[in-house]
Amino acid sequence: MEGLGLSAPVIFFAAIFTNNILLTNFLGMCSFLAISREVKASLGLGFAVIFVMTCTSALNYLVYYHLLVPLGLIHFRYIVFIIVIAAFVQLVEMVIERSSPILYVVLGIFLPLITVNCAILGVALFMIIRNYTFLQSVAYGAGAGIGWTLAILAMGGIREKLKGASIPKPLEGPGIALIIAGLMALAFMAFSGMIQIQ
Amino acid sequence: MIVMVELKSRKIFASGVWKENPVFRQILGICSALAVTNLLINTLIMGLSLIFVVTMSNVTVSILRSITPTRIRMMVQTLIIASYVIIVDVFLKAYLPDISEALGPYVGLIITNCIIMGRCEAFARNNTVWPSFVDGVASGCGYAFVLLTIAFFRELMGFGTLFGMDVMPGGWTNWIIMVMPPGAFFMLGAFIWIVRSLGPRGEEEELKK
Repeated sequence: MEGLGLSAPVIFFAAIFTNNILLTNFLGMCSFLAISREVKASLGLGFAVIFVMTCTSALNYLVYYHLLVPLGLIHFRYIVFIIVIAAFVQLVEMVIERSSPILYVVLGIFLPLITVNCAILGVALFMIIRNYTFLQSVAYGAGAGIGWTLAILAMGGIREKLKGASIPKPLEGPGIALIIAGLMALAFMAFSGMIQIQ
Repeated sequence: MIVMVELKSRKIFASGVWKENPVFRQILGICSALAVTNLLINTLIMGLSLIFVVTMSNVTVSILRSITPTRIRMMVQTLIIASYVIIVDVFLKAYLPDISEALGPYVGLIITNCIIMGRCEAFARNNTVWPSFVDGVASGCGYAFVLLTIAFFRELMGFGTLFGMDVMPGGWTNWIIMVMPPGAFFMLGAFIWIVRSLGPRGEEEELKK
């Protein structure tokens, strides 16, 4: 219902800035905290997430509305979504291993991580709760992926600069990362006057 | 013999709740830790759901541990976890529709909560049913304990209430920021800071390098 009034580009924009999946929905935090120590690794993981998120949101949409709903199996959506995501990631891994060794070196190690990234499953669940159309779902998936990448890149950059800082011992690592994420969430809230989806 | 078993169970329990607490020692499963903690009642239901899922998955994985082929064990574990999450989801929809609505996708996201997978992988796979059960309950309680603590402060400062009841004195101004996303980050960051200054360092440090 909520989704109907918004066009796909608006949802795309909102998913990047006003409703950033990491900073407002807290999804994908585990890999966010683990990987964001360097910009380079963040970028690799970010691209993998954008790609997988866009494609799986389209796939999950088709599976949900053309398979599960007609068959009356919507309670099994969690299992089905997980299998779709895992199968897709496996497939992509095999394809790029064959076709593009360079891309495989860049993305290869990140792909298995993505299966357990809760943001991917989160996108699929949100698109159903918000009753998005196919186009809106794909826009939301792509936007959420880009938004996530933006956040992890910014975090990687900040944490690289922090290496020389003298942080209290117990606050090192995840502690300081969470405080920074809080500040970033504050900064992103400045966008929220523009559009709101929720 | 029985005394020994009891002692061991207690040790497993204590380490799950405090020494190896999944949230602030191992930094696992914090997605939902942050998202559902602006109201105590939602947090309580989330905590109970998680305790149920992690315990039952641990027990099931432990029962099936000798007949599960090693190569596909991750897939098997995921499916076991997903089945229990579906049970919780259907149950909440039927009996607590309001809370189910408020928790939204986060009940489903228990599947990808790394705590559960972590416990199945690290413990239930190599242990018999009873220790796995205790371990599941302990990890679940440890998680619920952190969530409730964070939710306590967020609801108290953000809305001036506890479980929906007004507790703050008349002149209290709500800190709106506490119930918004940044408040969750600050709260958990501060919490980890305090806990780590108190106790010995967790195993996360070794993984860091």
